Amino acid sequence: MDESKRLAQVFVELADTLIEDFDVVDFLQTLTDRCVELLGADAAGLMLSDQRGGLQLMTATLERARVLEVFELQVQEGPCLECFMTGEAVTNVELVEANKRWPIFTPAAVEAGFGATHALPMRLRGTVIGALNLFTDQPVHLTSTDLGVGQAMADVATIGLLHQQLAHEQTILSEQLQSALHSRVLVEQAKGALSARAGVSVGEAFARMRAHARSHNLALSVVASEVVGGTVTADLLTS
Amino acid sequence: MASTRVAEILAVVVDGAGRASDVPPRLIRACTAALPVSGVGLILMTDQGPAGIVATSDSPAATMEDLQFTLGDGPCVESSRTGRPVLQPDLARTGPERWPAFSAGALDAGIRAIFAFPLRVGGIRLGVLDLYRDRAGELSQADMTEALSFASAATAVLLHLQAQRSTDGGELGAIPVLEDRAEVHQATGIISVQADVDISEALVRLRARAYASERPIVELARDVVHGSLSFGDDTLAG
Repeated sequence: MDESKRLAQVFVELADTLIEDFDVVDFLQTLTDRCVELLGADAAGLMLSDQRGGLQLMTATLERARVLEVFELQVQEGPCLECFMTGEAVTNVELVEANKRWPIFTPAAVEAGFGATHALPMRLRGTVIGALNLFTDQPVHLTSTDLGVGQAMADVATIGLLHQQLAHEQTILSEQLQSALHSRVLVEQAKGALSARAGVSVGEAFARMRAHARSHNLALSVVASEVVGGTVTADLLTS
Repeated sequence: MASTRVAEILAVVVDGAGRASDVPPRLIRACTAALPVSGVGLILMTDQGPAGIVATSDSPAATMEDLQFTLGDGPCVESSRTGRPVLQPDLARTGPERWPAFSAGALDAGIRAIFAFPLRVGGIRLGVLDLYRDRAGELSQADMTEALSFASAATAVLLHLQAQRSTDGGELGAIPVLEDRAEVHQATGIISVQADVDISEALVRLRARAYASERPIVELARDVVHGSLSFGDDTLAG
């Protein structure tokens, strides 16, 4: 498929959040997967505001990126935090040159095998609700076209996430963000429960729940809720 | 960091409390004082609905909880069911359509705004923290941050009380902030299968083990996820 066609397809996918079985964890995982696919990045991660003054990691495409993002939150320093605090994009930062900017984060990022990083804000008018983090293994720069597409994806995702057509912005923002954080915890619990039941890794358990949700037109959180409650259908146990 | 405020709230409400049962009333008093609200209620929830009123700050708050208990519906019940806060800055305008019986009673008791925060840890349903106000109006962003910190503190308190019940009491020690880390939630899921207990009991066991072995819960959780620690039948409960 040619690139512009694929791009259009992805935007339709990201805008389609008013469907019955919309699930925020699944949606954000799709967003980061598509960033890697379309932007020439090697890994992507996404953090959302917890509205208690901090950020929560919602999703990451690679385990080494996930570990690094958790570390970033612990040490309170790095591209996502900077982007979240300032509301401005952080782009094309080569990690060999970033020791002064992020003295604790940078060595950990290099250790994790990354050469460059970027962070794009998830903004709704004046409010920053999170940040999208991109990593490349090589210290290469992303083109301004790629960064533009990345920011557009982050914008579409933000709008979709907040269903902004509803009134009372402050109220909706809080309800949606808290609901997203809650879903993430539920999905993690279900990953653990299914991995123990099926004897597979937590990553494989996640993949199976997503596939099951898709093929049965169910929200991921509904599947997760069933797994946590002890109801596990046969196709989740055998792949 | 965010959890600093939660830890601070927990320290204040535990310090000076003689028994574990003193903690919830102290928590809602602190919450009422810290926020521009008229009163606060804390209720227990199960998958079946409201299970008990833990503490209420005043008479309208008690009415608010009694109504939901009796009717089995209302903003607080809904917030527990859906896992999302239910924020009703103008109950007279938006309430009657959604919860007719509840809204009539609540408005009658002088309640004009309700902010209900679900106290859940993923699939674990603990309760709801209900804030009410005698006049309409939204919470500011700063108030929302503070209210959410109180909700996190209330979650830790309810988990702690639950653990105490299952281990038959004990000294009232410090109440730890719940570590919101992927490994902890995954380990909770794993333990629920290994020990064949519900998800809530699984978290109680993980926390109890961390406390007893004096190890950080994240470290223990990682061992569970990697398979080097198991909570099967050969393991002593709690």
